[in-house]
Amino acid sequence: MEAGTVPPAPALVRFSGIQKTYDGEHLVVKNLDLDIRKGEFVTLLGPSGSGKTTTLMMLAGFEVPTQGEIYLADRPIKNVPPHKRDIGMVFQNYALFPHLTIAENIAFPLSVRNTNKAEAQERVRAALRMIKMETLAQRRPGQLSGGQQQRVALARALVFNPQLVLMDEPLGALDKRLREQMQLEIKQLHETMGITVVYVTHDQSEALTMSDRIAVFNDGIVQQIDRPDALYEHPVNSFVAHFIGENNVLSGTVETVEKQYCRVALAGGGAVTARAVNVSGAGASTSLSVRPERIAIIPDGTSSDEPNRLPAKVQNTIYLGDHALAVLDVADNREFMVKLQPGTHDSLRAGSLRPDSLRPGDDVFITFRPEDCLALDPV
Amino acid sequence: MALPMTAAFLTGADARTEVPLKRRLKRAERARQIKALALILPLLVFLLFTFAGPIAGMLWRSVGDREVRQVLPQTVAALADWDGKDLPDEKAYAALAGDIMAARASGTIAIAAKRLNYAQNGFRTILTSTARNLKAAPEPGTARETLGKINPAWRERATWTTIRDAGGPVTGFYLLSALDLTRNADGAIVAAPPDQAIYRDIFTRTFLISLSVTVLCLILGFPVAYLLAALPPGRSNLLMIFVLLPFWTSLLVRTCAWIVLLQSKGVVNDSLLWLGIIDEPLRLIYNRFGVCVAMTHVLLPFMILPLYSSMKAISPAYMRAAASLGAPPLTAFLRIYLPQTLPGIGAGSLLVFILALGYYITPALVGGAADQMISYFIALYTTETANWGLASALGAVLLLATILLALVYGKLVQGQQVTGGMKN
Repeated sequence: MEAGTVPPAPALVRFSGIQKTYDGEHLVVKNLDLDIRKGEFVTLLGPSGSGKTTTLMMLAGFEVPTQGEIYLADRPIKNVPPHKRDIGMVFQNYALFPHLTIAENIAFPLSVRNTNKAEAQERVRAALRMIKMETLAQRRPGQLSGGQQQRVALARALVFNPQLVLMDEPLGALDKRLREQMQLEIKQLHETMGITVVYVTHDQSEALTMSDRIAVFNDGIVQQIDRPDALYEHPVNSFVAHFIGENNVLSGTVETVEKQYCRVALAGGGAVTARAVNVSGAGASTSLSVRPERIAIIPDGTSSDEPNRLPAKVQNTIYLGDHALAVLDVADNREFMVKLQPGTHDSLRAGSLRPDSLRPGDDVFITFRPEDCLALDPV
Repeated sequence: MALPMTAAFLTGADARTEVPLKRRLKRAERARQIKALALILPLLVFLLFTFAGPIAGMLWRSVGDREVRQVLPQTVAALADWDGKDLPDEKAYAALAGDIMAARASGTIAIAAKRLNYAQNGFRTILTSTARNLKAAPEPGTARETLGKINPAWRERATWTTIRDAGGPVTGFYLLSALDLTRNADGAIVAAPPDQAIYRDIFTRTFLISLSVTVLCLILGFPVAYLLAALPPGRSNLLMIFVLLPFWTSLLVRTCAWIVLLQSKGVVNDSLLWLGIIDEPLRLIYNRFGVCVAMTHVLLPFMILPLYSSMKAISPAYMRAAASLGAPPLTAFLRIYLPQTLPGIGAGSLLVFILALGYYITPALVGGAADQMISYFIALYTTETANWGLASALGAVLLLATILLALVYGKLVQGQQVTGGMKN
């Protein structure tokens, strides 16, 4: 949608009409067209079995596309073996060679390229410096922590200056705190070195943190390729809206469509105005998507001009430290989440209730702006 | 006033709780230890009686020397303080005469004769003829003369050193023999006479055959193990059954099958003749070739299984990583895959080599006279000639060689874990 804002650069990788099947019956990747520009950090995001890893493996050369062609720097690479593709790869479980030291691991891509010894040594030293592990050069992978091994795997994939770096869920095995730290480190490396990265993950927050663009995969099809903020604010369909961030769903039927907005009669009673994103017209059934942080709770009886005002019953409140969640019963959705920020409720809509004033069983109203409510394809 | 009391109370409490804690731990652990011990006890007892005991017995027999001591006790005692430089004194002659008389009466002379004959060819005759001709105990002071008259060998110093050296209770005689060594009359260790020096050759032959079989197993087994590890589980299980099939047939059957295949009128020769590749049957069996083929076949699973388990542990991600880092398949194999299979290669080779060292039936059935391994001779001395001392000594040497090998292997593997072994 709004992908044109990244400065145009020549496509380094181009997937053209790629299909892939393993069993000759089901397509794991159905007709993939994707351009990745030089210097970009692109994440392939999707649930398991969505085809994102297969796509990465085809790019790395470990799987052959059933149909279509992949271009790397305008050269078709479908029939180029992996070791001639000049692509660095970081694997899920690091795949550090256990019989070699850290320094030998990092030197491996240089030594198979017959880089002269002095230069190789210098580059290994620089790589170790980059990951701040000079003192551990003579250790073996088994003696390092998960985070350290991940750094070494990164250094090894970068030391030979490949034109492209692939990462296959590289942080999956790390604990949350370390994972967040590594996300920032990888992002920083990407920015300082100007490398092109294709990153695979099923963790949407990881994708949002690191990527220039995210390709959301589902069912072998790229649902949407966009900048993180565009994906969040302007999902093109229900899958993307659900997969990226938290989301409340209300089902209904379109009554009228007027310019970009439509009036939707809810299945559970009542009607709201929503942005018409993915609806065919009046009479079509639709799923409404509202983000929990774009909703205000107002007490029963408070007058409001908002076109979207729905009665709700409080089920529960959940305290989560930096924010609280109110679980409400709204129309047909019995787990309608509203995010409340205890400290800053004033900055939200005036009159929104504080979480501690909500009791289970209270009757309240919720309100949200039409532009924050998206009418999408029915789930 | 309350303070020091509290302090005293605290230290007292510490001292009181520490001992019972340790004791409690011990008590809690004891039940577990007893249970564990009870679980292994049957096997332990079994091994003690069938394995540790016999081996200890064998080792003892390889150095024990009691026959001469039993039959000629006075002679052995009289020779104890003989300096060995000259002929022994009259006392020793008298003791020998007395011993021979007594032995003849109890019919034990042959036992000593046999043992002494190992050490000196012809000693049996000396002893039996003396026993036959010594009608009565010689008059005091004339023993030397009498015995010398019956057999002039009693006037030679070597005859007496032989008796003294065989007097026990322990001897290096058998172990030296097993290494083609012997003691001369002066007690120095020298090479055995050429007609008795056969064991070094046999040990060398045993090691050479074992080594060839090990190398053959490695060459044949490595690709099979690789295939097993690389195939999807369903097909690799089927292949594994074929690998294990030999285990389900008796060793004798398998060896005889090779005789059927390889003999001059066998399947292989007939086929080659029929195809016109050869004009007359090749000699494929009752020689080294047949021994190596049959032993390799029998021992191959022992190579494949350790290799397979080491290869199964190597994640395919390593080869992918190597390829993505720019290594062509052969380089990736040699530098990434092969080094990680080294423990498997070591374990498999050691297993096959040690098993091959002790092979008996297969070489006996498909080998020629020049292909018999050390176990053949151990069996020969145990069952045919009843020379248990030499059989035990050969066994002890073999055991020692095997233990040394296992230790070297252990060192290598350990060294590899610490330093990685392989360097680029």
